[in-house]
Amino acid sequence: MITAERKPFDEIYAMTEGHDKVLVAGCDTCVAVCLTGGEKEAEILAAELRIKAKEDGRDVQIEHTAAIRQCEWEYLDAIAAKVEEYPAVLSMACGIGIQSMAEKFAPKLVLPAVNTNMLGMPQEHAVWLERCGACGECVIGDTAGICPVVRCSKSLMNGPCGGSHDGKCEVTTPEKGDIDCAWALIWDRLKAQGREELMLVNRPPKNWSKSSSGGPRKMVREEAKPV
Amino acid sequence: MSATQYKAGSNLEKILSEGKFAVTGECGPPKSADGTVIEEKAKILKGFVDAVNITDNQTAVVRVCSMASGLQAQQNGLEAIMQMTCRDRNRLAMQADILGASILGIKNILCLTGDHMSFGNHPEAKGVHDLDAINLIKMYKDMRDEKKFQCGDDMDVAPALYIGCAENPFGDPFEFRALRLKKKVEAGADFMQTQCIFNIPKFKKWMEEVRAIGLHKEIKILAGLTPLKGVGAAKYMKNFVPGMDVPQEIVDRMASVEKGPPAQAEGKKLAVEMIKEIAEIEGVAGVHLMAVEWEVAVPEIVEMAGLLPRPAVA
Ligand code: SF4
Ligand code: SF4
Repeated sequence: MITAERKPFDEIYAMTEGHDKVLVAGCDTCVAVCLTGGEKEAEILAAELRIKAKEDGRDVQIEHTAAIRQCEWEYLDAIAAKVEEYPAVLSMACGIGIQSMAEKFAPKLVLPAVNTNMLGMPQEHAVWLERCGACGECVIGDTAGICPVVRCSKSLMNGPCGGSHDGKCEVTTPEKGDIDCAWALIWDRLKAQGREELMLVNRPPKNWSKSSSGGPRKMVREEAKPV
Repeated sequence: MSATQYKAGSNLEKILSEGKFAVTGECGPPKSADGTVIEEKAKILKGFVDAVNITDNQTAVVRVCSMASGLQAQQNGLEAIMQMTCRDRNRLAMQADILGASILGIKNILCLTGDHMSFGNHPEAKGVHDLDAINLIKMYKDMRDEKKFQCGDDMDVAPALYIGCAENPFGDPFEFRALRLKKKVEAGADFMQTQCIFNIPKFKKWMEEVRAIGLHKEIKILAGLTPLKGVGAAKYMKNFVPGMDVPQEIVDRMASVEKGPPAQAEGKKLAVEMIKEIAEIEGVAGVHLMAVEWEVAVPEIVEMAGLLPRPAVA
């Protein structure tokens, strides 16, 4: 899933300045699952903004709404009437949802209330870990189902760097906490699979043109197009 | 010229090829446009080491680039081993830079992954990591031996390179460490320098694994050593430098002497003892002395270890 974190309150509040009507728009898919930007979180943010605006003596109307999915046109139709009433929208969807809103309702001002951070998975309640960087050419068949592109801090393709220590990545710091070394995990799991010889293969440089380095990507499924 | 066909013909390559025990040093370029630093360090080390590593934004801190500093070392009579990390350059830049270094007369190159940006003074930088160190070795080997760019295009004049790599015998997973060196040998590395060794028993164990797969016959292995200036340096390395294994006895030994000159003398003595012990290990072709910001200690250590005069090679 896509995960996102709410921006600091002051940063969001600053975006409302100069507007007398602001709509906070949540999205009930990924950002709701990561407890950041679903309808409930949109309602809470709208209330917090109203309180602060009131304290500041501002006369501003701040309401909330939510789409089932901000990243698909048809779900935006369901909130279109409400969105039209507001000159400024604070979207709590991921970067894709925010852009869908900005495009669908252009030239309306649609602002990001969250920082989209990763393609992650919930490791335990309220903890998400990055799992994929959408590199466009998946290699995890050879790396025991563990992604070296984003789970190794240096995107190495040929085994651990010299900083791997006790299964931890050298980027581990007190602030960041322990980060598992992807290549230590890969080594252990390949051994458990009896496939450690895969670690001995010298892999060529990765083709980054399939990733965002190749420019914005587009996917077309001709066979799925309506005839 | 004799029958020996050198890959690059550097001083380092000749010494190692002739089976002589090599000594390399290390010079960190300055953190400003000060043109005197490398000159001074080269003066100290000239005649005491066979070549000197010129670090590439070491510990992810910006410094004068390794190409300019390497050239400056060579202009001052000290052969350079130019370091190149995958952290700051993509494959275009790494090929362009090696062509540039080559036409300026730099022959030894050390291919590294590089410490992560988060350790240095620009933690907000975007890490490049287009290639890893193994890809880099292979790319340079193909440029040298096949006259091919990484993309497969041909070039007219190949760079003459003696290709080095680094390995950390103390990194984990330990059982993969010798195999990782094997991958680097297969990629085309001619010599390797280890991370600073303090834990000699562990290094010996690693060398056993290296010999078991015959790697010591395929690549010249230089054991890395860092003379300690005092107990502070020992503790710092133990606790803050990634991938470093400093046994407590060493910290205690450095703590047992007074700070200042006595500690420095003890640090040099320890280094000499370690060189002698390491030189006895089968498959070790030389030492790499990393006297970081303590270059003045190197001549004395090399002399005390009985490694003078340095061999002259034609
Ligand atoms: S290899 Fe690429 S596609 Fe596969 S998990 Fe990693 S980033 Fe995602
Ligand atoms: S320690 Fe492991 S995860 Fe971290 S950069 Fe090195 S190989 Fe990658």
